[in-house]
Amino acid sequence: MLNHLRPALVLLALFTMLTGVVYPLAMTGLAQVMQPSAANGSILMRGHVAVGSALIGQSFTSDRYFRPRPSAAGQNGYDAASSSGSNLGPISKKLIERVEGDVAALRRAGASVVPADAVTASASGLDPHISAAFAALQVTRVAAARNLPETRVRALVQALTKRPMLGLIGEPRLNVLELNLALDAGLPGGAG
Amino acid sequence: MTIFGWLQIAVVLGAVLLCAWPLGLYMARVFSGEKTPISPLVRPIERAFYAASGIRPEKEQSWLSYTLAMLTFNALGFLILYVLLRLQGNLPLNPQGFSGVAPDLAFNTAMSFVTNTNWQAYGGETTMSHLVQMAGLAVQNFLSAATGIALAIAVTRAFARSSAQTLGNFWVDMTRATLYVLLPLSVLLAIAFVLSGMPQTLAGSVEATTLEGAKQTIALGPVASQEAIKQLGTNGGGFFNANAAHPFENPNAWTNMLSIWSMLLISTALTFTFGRMVGDGHQGVALLIAMYTLLIAATGVVYWAETSGNRLLTQAGVEATAGNMEGKEVRFGQALSALYVVATTALSCGAVNTMHDSLTPLGGLVPMFMIQLGEILPGGVGSGLYGMIVVAILTVFIAGLMVGRTPEYLGKKIEAREMKLAILALLVLPMAILGFSAISAMMPKALESLANAGPHGLSEILYAFSSAAGNNGSAFAGLNANTPWYNTTLGLSMLLGRFAYVVPVMALAGAVAAKKKVPASGGTFPTDSGLFVGLLIGVILILGGLQYFPALALGPIVEHVLMHAGKTF
Repeated sequence: MLNHLRPALVLLALFTMLTGVVYPLAMTGLAQVMQPSAANGSILMRGHVAVGSALIGQSFTSDRYFRPRPSAAGQNGYDAASSSGSNLGPISKKLIERVEGDVAALRRAGASVVPADAVTASASGLDPHISAAFAALQVTRVAAARNLPETRVRALVQALTKRPMLGLIGEPRLNVLELNLALDAGLPGGAG
Repeated sequence: MTIFGWLQIAVVLGAVLLCAWPLGLYMARVFSGEKTPISPLVRPIERAFYAASGIRPEKEQSWLSYTLAMLTFNALGFLILYVLLRLQGNLPLNPQGFSGVAPDLAFNTAMSFVTNTNWQAYGGETTMSHLVQMAGLAVQNFLSAATGIALAIAVTRAFARSSAQTLGNFWVDMTRATLYVLLPLSVLLAIAFVLSGMPQTLAGSVEATTLEGAKQTIALGPVASQEAIKQLGTNGGGFFNANAAHPFENPNAWTNMLSIWSMLLISTALTFTFGRMVGDGHQGVALLIAMYTLLIAATGVVYWAETSGNRLLTQAGVEATAGNMEGKEVRFGQALSALYVVATTALSCGAVNTMHDSLTPLGGLVPMFMIQLGEILPGGVGSGLYGMIVVAILTVFIAGLMVGRTPEYLGKKIEAREMKLAILALLVLPMAILGFSAISAMMPKALESLANAGPHGLSEILYAFSSAAGNNGSAFAGLNANTPWYNTTLGLSMLLGRFAYVVPVMALAGAVAAKKKVPASGGTFPTDSGLFVGLLIGVILILGGLQYFPALALGPIVEHVLMHAGKTF
């Protein structure tokens, strides 16, 4: 075994340099040149303030905003430094009670149909998207809170719905942060 | 289930098969020392590595010497990674200022990455510095995968050669696997990932002010480079806690497809390498058909179970057409979430884009069973192939018993010594999985780690030890595994699952290599026939069923019945 020691040590050192230092640093350099925005986390700026990442969900509680899915990341949800799902099993009492509570709240707010993503926690706790059905459910509330005609909010939702790639890959969905930024910036086709 | 869903699955698997074939033949050239298109670039680096480490590449090793070289290399890799983890707080490239990792967690993590398991009892973005992620964990992502490939090539040579005393040179095979296969593919994939929106930076995090005025700290890092090798090397260790469900590790449906494609690629390609090197392509294809038949069937079960949804949630008033969305991301959809779940466990990858703990009972049974079948469908890079060869040997042995002939595989007579070694290897997994699970289920201290009560709690324990011994690394992640008990026993399970398994397999390879290749006769059972493939699938399922059905019955199966009875825990 001793005669194997030298190749083991030297190769470990060489491969650590090559795959552990040169490779990631070269990729970092390349990424920063080729795709600087994405390489640094697709951060969205409003003026000089970073308001979040286009890829990462954030918490919204006000009626003026579309709300994201329930989140189990960190203590209060949407902690982008502590991603996590709920890890509740399918017959967990905690899961069922949480969902029943959320369903009841949505029903009180006038929902007749409750889309699955509206009451289930995502895998990462940072899911930036909601389904078109969950967005449609929130149009009335957001329009009322902002004193906007419902049709205009609905049109915005329509416009920002992402369709599957090539009509095949992925699911129809909306990025909640993008949607709310558009609301704040004023609706397309007029001041708001 | 929809046609569109199945179409997506078909597109990904089709792309894998299409690319695996040329890659497999390319690898056969690489490991036979032939010239390849990238040789002019890589050959000088390869030579320099040999010269610096005093390796004579033309000098081949016996099975024992090959195995000892592999063990020395991995033991040393373990030690260095352990020290790196312990000392992290005093080392550079630590923008978040994380302190050193505790001894039990460092043992578990070092073992995990050296054995290609990548079980993570920690959350990446809250524990590991960039230095550890890059120069520690990612290095072992490369080297553990290269070790697996080298071992598979050595076992392949045992069947290709006649009356041979040597199986190749471990240092050469491992170096070539890294320089000619893993590194070039990782560079290409990392670039593709970056172009698709994945971050790659040395910054630690960005402070954002949300639209509602709250602070959001967004953890960042060199994600794309790590993600590439993590998928290609079937490692599966995520940069972030949520692994490939995290939007930075898997930003969209396209990267999701690319991730599934890349984790299946090399293991699938190795079956073509095997066929080419033993001089009969059909032999590799036969193994491939058995692997993919079970892979696709399993995907169907998960896809069906997850789109059928959780009956209890439907009763609570949730609309049912989207299926079970707890622990899933909107952007991936049910079809490619299901394929990811099955691929990551049929391989010993362990990356997840879905929280397995929150799958429906049957949807969660399948990934656990895929691991328990021995990580051979098509299994981890290299380890899947040599694992499959062991089961193929068992299959010809059983077929031989039925007709009363000495079994042969690829012209090699399989006799008592080979069978003893094969069985020895096959017994490692059930001993570790069922043994440690049983002990844990009886220890009050171990039960405190459970996140879910009732049968799902047992599933969490069973899944953890299956994942560790199978060198998978995915989890029913509700289980708090970062305790001295689980860190130690899961670390030992990984050790057993990797090395206690492969040493008998290498001894078997040594015995097989020494045999004369006998030409096929009229009485030889053809191992490239449909009958063999059917028998092989039967043996895999019966073996897995006999070993694990009782345990599974107490976990996911009873849970499924309880779900339909409306019982919660």
